[in-house]
Amino acid sequence: MPVLDLMSGFIVELRNAGLPVSLTENLDAMEAVKVIPIEDRDAFKYALGATLVKNNAHWRVFETIFEVYFSLRGPEYAITQDGQPDDFWREMQEQMDQVKGQGEGKGSGGGMDSLTPEEINAMLMRALMSGDQAMMRALAKQSVQRFAGMEPGRPVGGTYYLYRTLRNLDLDNMLQKLMDANRDSSQQDLTSLEERLEKDEFESRIEQFKQEVESEIRRRLVADRGAEAMAKTLRKPLPEDVEFMHASRDEMQSLKKALYPLTRKLAARLARKRRHGRKGPLDFRNTVRHSLSYGGVPADPKFRYPRPAKPELMVVADISGSVAAFARFTLMFVYAIQNQFSKVRSFVFIDGIDEVTKFFKSTEDIGEAINRVNTEADVVWVDGHSDYGHAFEVFWERYGKDINSKTTVLLLGDARNNYHAAQSWVVKEIAKRARHVYWLNPEPKSYWNTGDSIVGEYGAHTDGVFECRNLRQLEGFVENLT
Amino acid sequence: MKPRFNDVATVRSGLKKVNYLADDGIAGVVFLADRLGKPVLIEGPAGTGKTQLAKSVAELTGARLIRLQCYEGLDESKALYEWNYKKQLLRIQADKNSDSWSEVHDDIFSSEFLLARPLLEAITSEEPVVLLIDEVDRVELETEALLLEILSEYQVSIPELGTITAKQIPLVFLTSNNTRELSEALKRRCLYLHVDYPDLEREKEIVLNKVPDISENLADQIARIVRSIRQLDLKKAPSVSETLDWARTLMLLGIETIDAQEAKETLHILLKYQTDIAKAAKELSVTK
Repeated sequence: MPVLDLMSGFIVELRNAGLPVSLTENLDAMEAVKVIPIEDRDAFKYALGATLVKNNAHWRVFETIFEVYFSLRGPEYAITQDGQPDDFWREMQEQMDQVKGQGEGKGSGGGMDSLTPEEINAMLMRALMSGDQAMMRALAKQSVQRFAGMEPGRPVGGTYYLYRTLRNLDLDNMLQKLMDANRDSSQQDLTSLEERLEKDEFESRIEQFKQEVESEIRRRLVADRGAEAMAKTLRKPLPEDVEFMHASRDEMQSLKKALYPLTRKLAARLARKRRHGRKGPLDFRNTVRHSLSYGGVPADPKFRYPRPAKPELMVVADISGSVAAFARFTLMFVYAIQNQFSKVRSFVFIDGIDEVTKFFKSTEDIGEAINRVNTEADVVWVDGHSDYGHAFEVFWERYGKDINSKTTVLLLGDARNNYHAAQSWVVKEIAKRARHVYWLNPEPKSYWNTGDSIVGEYGAHTDGVFECRNLRQLEGFVENLT
Repeated sequence: MKPRFNDVATVRSGLKKVNYLADDGIAGVVFLADRLGKPVLIEGPAGTGKTQLAKSVAELTGARLIRLQCYEGLDESKALYEWNYKKQLLRIQADKNSDSWSEVHDDIFSSEFLLARPLLEAITSEEPVVLLIDEVDRVELETEALLLEILSEYQVSIPELGTITAKQIPLVFLTSNNTRELSEALKRRCLYLHVDYPDLEREKEIVLNKVPDISENLADQIARIVRSIRQLDLKKAPSVSETLDWARTLMLLGIETIDAQEAKETLHILLKYQTDIAKAAKELSVTK
């Protein structure tokens, strides 16, 4: 049965992409396939999703792989190049004639092949304007065929073709053009609110069109090279495996989304641990109440929950150029925990150090806070190259006295010190006073202590140095911490 | 056992009849849950109709809804079963003289002295049942293990009585707000359904369905404004229930078309944080 063959390849690919598909889940999926026909594409997709994907963050990876293996085989995706004039193409012909102006219709039946790029653009605009789904899909097909310049067997990824297609369509200006056209066509002036809503609507349509183009490219690549090979080139890391240092803008967005639940989890864990870790003194009242179930015998003694002091957190982060991407992420992380813990103090440094707690406290907008940290914090001492030694020294001088036995200190950075003096005695002193000192390093472990990295020298005094290149590792650290 | 639904389309239309607008994913998973006899784990932001789904399915199938609300500190005596100590004590005292010890001993651990809590109740029930385990992420990781036996085998083991197996396989729904990662063991036993904010069309339909006498135009506008607001970077995006509250408010105020001013004045129904409100108000009034 071909479906089962497809399924096994599909599940192997899911596992290759990093999704944890267990044997039972695999069997469930096979069961599900039996009751849901593959012809009902959407239901089929959700059935597989429900049995195989148990984490919403993995859904996008699943969707891409699903598309490569299943979606692109449906009848609606047949390549209609040979100009068979089915209903749809006839309709398109009419649309085309309208665009070209009356009377000039060309009965050649050659589909859209004879259109000029300008005409395609004009048709696209009409389609986007009216939200005509079928038209948009057809145009996506046509523009890929026309502009992407795909060559069989050429080993480039889909993004290259996507770029080439979109460049020719000039989508960046499309939004503005649509808005202008919309303004012209409406009788009275639009209020700012209405305009805003229209803009959102157009944006979502353009986004939809882009996705059509993308899936069209994918379909052609699959037809050319086969599903297995394609799935491999399209493979993207799961959100938790994206490296902070090399995250693209989109990936940064999804990281940011994942960050908030992570800190909430951290806070929940800490609170739970504090309350359930040990038993407090006997709760007399509660014990008596529960003794009633035993006929007045206090068989089940109850204890008060201990209420130990909340931990204090001090975060000291390197924000120099070499770890810029990581720094941005750390700042978001700091911001996120700031909202969850009562007492968090944050410091940033390059070769000078400054406290930035107030920037995060005073605003709810993370973008603004990071902006202020980057512009207002006084972190440059001499030349703006990392100098951990000096920064730590100043930190100890100014804030060292605030560290006490309740404080946990987090040091974040790659410890690339530009061959300055290490001053690792500061870390040693901090470790003596504080409850815990941890170091998070965004570099791969194999790079540690090479070149000017002296993480080993600092790390010797801390309670642990952790590689922290992606969310998975950060999460692992957080779980160990609590 | 006879399946409850014929195909996905019947689930969908059936749910619509009881005023729950499902999308393909939701209907498909409910259908599968019935066919495969597996529980459904529903995750998603607060206020997107996770709990309501279970209620609606119960209404649709004419089954009794049994609900177990989870909270920190929930234990087996509240979730599964408990021995009725008082009754046992009474029993012992009543026959102080007549019965021999062994008789009493056997007697007080019979089903007569068992208090069935929601999970056991769902299993022993004769009539069809929908079991809703609400906010399962609130219990501790260790307590989760309580659920495993019932979720995979539909049975409960009681040391004194033996194993009680389900008379009929109930539809089980678990909801989670994702405040913590649920254990692999639990996830593996469930079908997973992520319920997100509905898209424009569906939200509009929901508003039209749930708010009586609302005009199509207003519903459309509401759905579109809410979509715009959800795209902003907010602490808490407006949920479906808040959208409905807002629609009802606008109806009460007799507003037919929303302008920026009215939108701004009623934003506090949609958003619950002052900073969010300020941000949304700013965004909605700015011309770009």
